[in-house]
Amino acid sequence: MKHIKTQLAVIGLAGISMALVGCNEEKTTAAAAPASVSPQKMADALFTVMEADRATYTQKVLKRLVKEEKLIKASEHWKDDKALPLPAQMFRMASERAAENSSDFSYSLISAWPINKQNEPKTAAEKEGVKFIEDNPGKRFYKEEKLGGTTYFTAIYPDVAVSSACSSCHNDHKDSPKTDFKVGDTMGGVVIRIPL
Amino acid sequence: MKSSNKKWWAMWTVSTLLLIGYYAYAMTNGDESNFLPGPSSHGHYQIELACDTCHGEAFAGPEIMQKACVGCHSEELERVEDSHPRKKFTDPRNVDQLEQLDARYCVTCHNEHRIEITDETGVTLPSDFCLLCHQDIAEDRESHRDLEFNTCANSGCHNYHDNKALYEDFLVKHADEEATNGHAVLPERNLAAFINAISDRPLSSLMASDADMPNTVTQDDIVILSWSASAHARNGINCSACHMSSYVADDRWNKSPSEAVCKECHAKEQEGFLASRHGMRTAQEMSAMSPSFARLAMKQKSHEQSLSCHSCHDSHRYNTVEAAVEACIGCHDDKHTLAYKASPHYQLWQQELAGTLPEGSGVSCSSCHLPREIIRERGHQRTAVQHNQNDFLRPNEKMIRPVCLKCHGLGFTFNALADEALIEKNFTGKPEKTVASIEMALKRERTDKKKAN
Repeated sequence: MKHIKTQLAVIGLAGISMALVGCNEEKTTAAAAPASVSPQKMADALFTVMEADRATYTQKVLKRLVKEEKLIKASEHWKDDKALPLPAQMFRMASERAAENSSDFSYSLISAWPINKQNEPKTAAEKEGVKFIEDNPGKRFYKEEKLGGTTYFTAIYPDVAVSSACSSCHNDHKDSPKTDFKVGDTMGGVVIRIPL
Repeated sequence: MKSSNKKWWAMWTVSTLLLIGYYAYAMTNGDESNFLPGPSSHGHYQIELACDTCHGEAFAGPEIMQKACVGCHSEELERVEDSHPRKKFTDPRNVDQLEQLDARYCVTCHNEHRIEITDETGVTLPSDFCLLCHQDIAEDRESHRDLEFNTCANSGCHNYHDNKALYEDFLVKHADEEATNGHAVLPERNLAAFINAISDRPLSSLMASDADMPNTVTQDDIVILSWSASAHARNGINCSACHMSSYVADDRWNKSPSEAVCKECHAKEQEGFLASRHGMRTAQEMSAMSPSFARLAMKQKSHEQSLSCHSCHDSHRYNTVEAAVEACIGCHDDKHTLAYKASPHYQLWQQELAGTLPEGSGVSCSSCHLPREIIRERGHQRTAVQHNQNDFLRPNEKMIRPVCLKCHGLGFTFNALADEALIEKNFTGKPEKTVASIEMALKRERTDKKKAN
């Protein structure tokens, strides 16, 4: 009997030590369920990546090659003109690519003064959110909305003219309804939607 | 139960069993024509009995059908930079629009087996469907105020998928072009140079005496003569390359090599052929397309033919000059085809053949319907002949950039393609239609500049 008890104790100790050795993995798996990321945190994180990618492309690729080294142009018709896509086009292309690969979230660029009218605020949340980010510079807008039977967590982030290239390109474009954007202006918003 | 009721029940049972038996027999014997809900469009009727190609094996839902559409058509849509790709419509913000027109699915606009409402571009919606999403266009474009919504897709204006030659800045850029660039030539075909570039054994020209068939094969002087005058002999492709191709496992002499052998050097061309009206049945492993099965007018004498590489490219001679005109005319019997030999395009073709114009100046049937493309293959650039004529057919603005603009100005092209009578005459004469799109774009450019100043 004693022998059996010893055996059980050994097995028990071995189990504990194995658990301790693998504790990092255990912790991750065990912690994942209760501490899930809130939709707002997920949206904020997605926005951080989007903004970082766009800023990196704008500064490290576009600004360097177009403005400083004058090696290549950037153009709306980048394929025909054998040029670099504009940052907003890169953003949209990536958003469409993401939409092809995932239905866990979607994102787009909207504005009260869009070059393409299809990108003006459409849903009630978009209309409210775009107004909010214009009226409250630097603030973000969050709301739940129901579209086509699905409830979404919708976040709208201000899209600010970070350089004169943003404002002048929009001001000069013949399809732009606004011609007096300045650096620092909120030109529109990035909408991120997460189905709940 | 009354005896008359019994009689009716018996009749119902027997007729039901007969019907079930009939359809079961039809299904198991491969005759699925009974299950067609209606005649198919001109684009698909050739393969309408290969039901699974579009419907999937278990008649699955819309996603499977969408996958089937994309399976055949995605490459073209990508090449023309589709203006309304599915990925633009999956964003939930478009849900209201999708209720009007579910642009995520091809079948929303291209509803198959509804031939009575199918137009020549395969669309089954009323022609003013653009209205559903763009009803407020007149607010943004004064020039569009008096236009009807069923004129949006007129030649030279808009196209749902392919606007590569129709966007405003393109119109402005090409506004001042002459009707014809008299010095234009098509890209030179250079397959031999390409093969030499990728091969470690450079090919050299061969003569009749170089023919390398084994002694066991009976020599046919006409065949050897035909081959020795061909581009194959000129570029070092000997008998064994096709008849003893390593593609055939045991390297024995094969009297009638399959077309899998052609693919070894002409893969891109064969891929186009299999996607085309000529080869789509073969691609589905059905009996090959025959002119007798065509919906277009075909010459009676061609009805017995079945289409393969060799129906246009005669074996051994592989004469591309004949393939470019005579092969087409041998079958096609519509007004446009019949008018070709009286056209200025044909005159140029004859002058090229006579050597009075440089190579590539002539305009054959294939110059426009099987155009030459510059492609990249295995890290090298080469000229390929696109054998899928469907990519350049309907609506005819699909031809503008890959074909017409090679020699003509944009304005002239728009006017010519809008003039159906001129097309019927195979472009003999001058366009009598005037498309306003370039003028509209220029006008807007002028007003915009004024605004800027």
